[in-house]
Amino acid sequence: MECLALWQNCLSLKTRRESDGLSKYVLSVTQLNTYVKSILDADAVAANVFVSGEISNLSGHYASGHLYFSLKDEESIIKAVMFRAAASRLKFKPESGMKVLCRGRVSLFERDGQYQLYIEDMQPQGVGALSVAFEQLKEKLRKEGLFDEAYKKPLPLYPETAAVITSESGAVVKDICQIMTRRYPLCKLIICPVQVQGERAAEQMTEMLRKVNEKELADVIIIGRGGGSAEDLWAFNDERLVRTIHASKIPVISAVGHETDYTLCDFAADLRAPTPSAAAELCVPDGDALASQLLSLQRRISVAFKQGLDEKSGRIKALLALRCLGDPGYYRERRLERLELAVRELRHGYENILNMNKARYKNTLSVLESLNPFGVLRRGYAAVSKNGEQIFSVSKLHAGDFVSLRLADGVAECNITGTSKE
Amino acid sequence: MEKQPSFEASIARLEEIARIMESGDITLEESIKLYEEGMRLAGFCGEQLKNAEEKIITLSDLTGEEG
Repeated sequence: MECLALWQNCLSLKTRRESDGLSKYVLSVTQLNTYVKSILDADAVAANVFVSGEISNLSGHYASGHLYFSLKDEESIIKAVMFRAAASRLKFKPESGMKVLCRGRVSLFERDGQYQLYIEDMQPQGVGALSVAFEQLKEKLRKEGLFDEAYKKPLPLYPETAAVITSESGAVVKDICQIMTRRYPLCKLIICPVQVQGERAAEQMTEMLRKVNEKELADVIIIGRGGGSAEDLWAFNDERLVRTIHASKIPVISAVGHETDYTLCDFAADLRAPTPSAAAELCVPDGDALASQLLSLQRRISVAFKQGLDEKSGRIKALLALRCLGDPGYYRERRLERLELAVRELRHGYENILNMNKARYKNTLSVLESLNPFGVLRRGYAAVSKNGEQIFSVSKLHAGDFVSLRLADGVAECNITGTSKE
Repeated sequence: MEKQPSFEASIARLEEIARIMESGDITLEESIKLYEEGMRLAGFCGEQLKNAEEKIITLSDLTGEEG
């Protein structure tokens, strides 16, 4: 439909521009090429084709990185181009004469009017039809997302049980057992014997994978076989098997053939090991490394424990260094000292008071002394009394009275002979 | 028989113990307990690594047992 519309569009353009009417239906070369290109570009088959053929007239434009060549078979030839982005992904070096399987689209190079194959991906063709099937199935499953990184499950760090789905005979199973038990003896191994090539291989491996999952026999699965021809490895490209690997709840490590062999199982597995021996090493941790890790953990704990002890005993020592804790007599002595001081102060105060009172007593005594009537008498005075009554005035005395004169050292009885008042 | 902790759990616990003890933020009693637990776990893990007993079975044995 689109082509038709374009075609009509071209015509109408033409008509309008050359309205003098030389020819209503004449196209320019460019217009023709554009039209043919549009037909090719709109075609679903041409948009994604697998083509097998032999490379010829290869000319690499090394500066640009694009590859230009022809593909041919016994009877025909087609121009082909592989742009740098696609060419840089190639895992091999294309050469003239090499048989290849290509995936790409057919389009037209307008300048030259040359229709050609624009190649996206190319593989050397060893096994012919198998390769085509492989590429087609790979593309289909890739589009479905079976190979997406998002689906990759992490492998257990310390697997307890590993299921090994492989042939019971042969070096592979022995290698895997040997490596795994040597590296990490904690992991139990369940050998799941299957045929790994031949008609029943894919079916048996699929069944075994299902069984291991269903019964939860292991926490990691290795599926693989030793090296062989592409045909020998073919069972590992089986669609059901690949889907079962993708659906497996238990992480799967694929280990098929040699490092250079890729099967669809490798893409669907959670981890691709280059070889079965490598799978065994990737599956379990290294026991020696673990042992030294254990030692270092042990050391760390010991050191931390000792440091904790040191720190605490340091604190105890610091506390003991305080006099009050280290010397039980400390407080008693301090209190004794205070007691003694108090006693001294008390005694001192007592003596003070005593002395003060003594002085006051002496003072009072001398005052008293000065007031002592006998003191006066000792200075030559005399006290007069009549009939025991102290006489203070001469008017109380008359001639003929008998009086007593009290002197300092005794009494004199006297007779008054006369008085005179002053 | 009581189920032993898995190797993975043991290693993880050992790492945790080392971290806690290195933080130093624990009492003496706790550190003694942790130290004992750590040494016990380390011994357990070490033993398991050393004791390489053959633990390989083929699935037919297993199904035989189950059947």
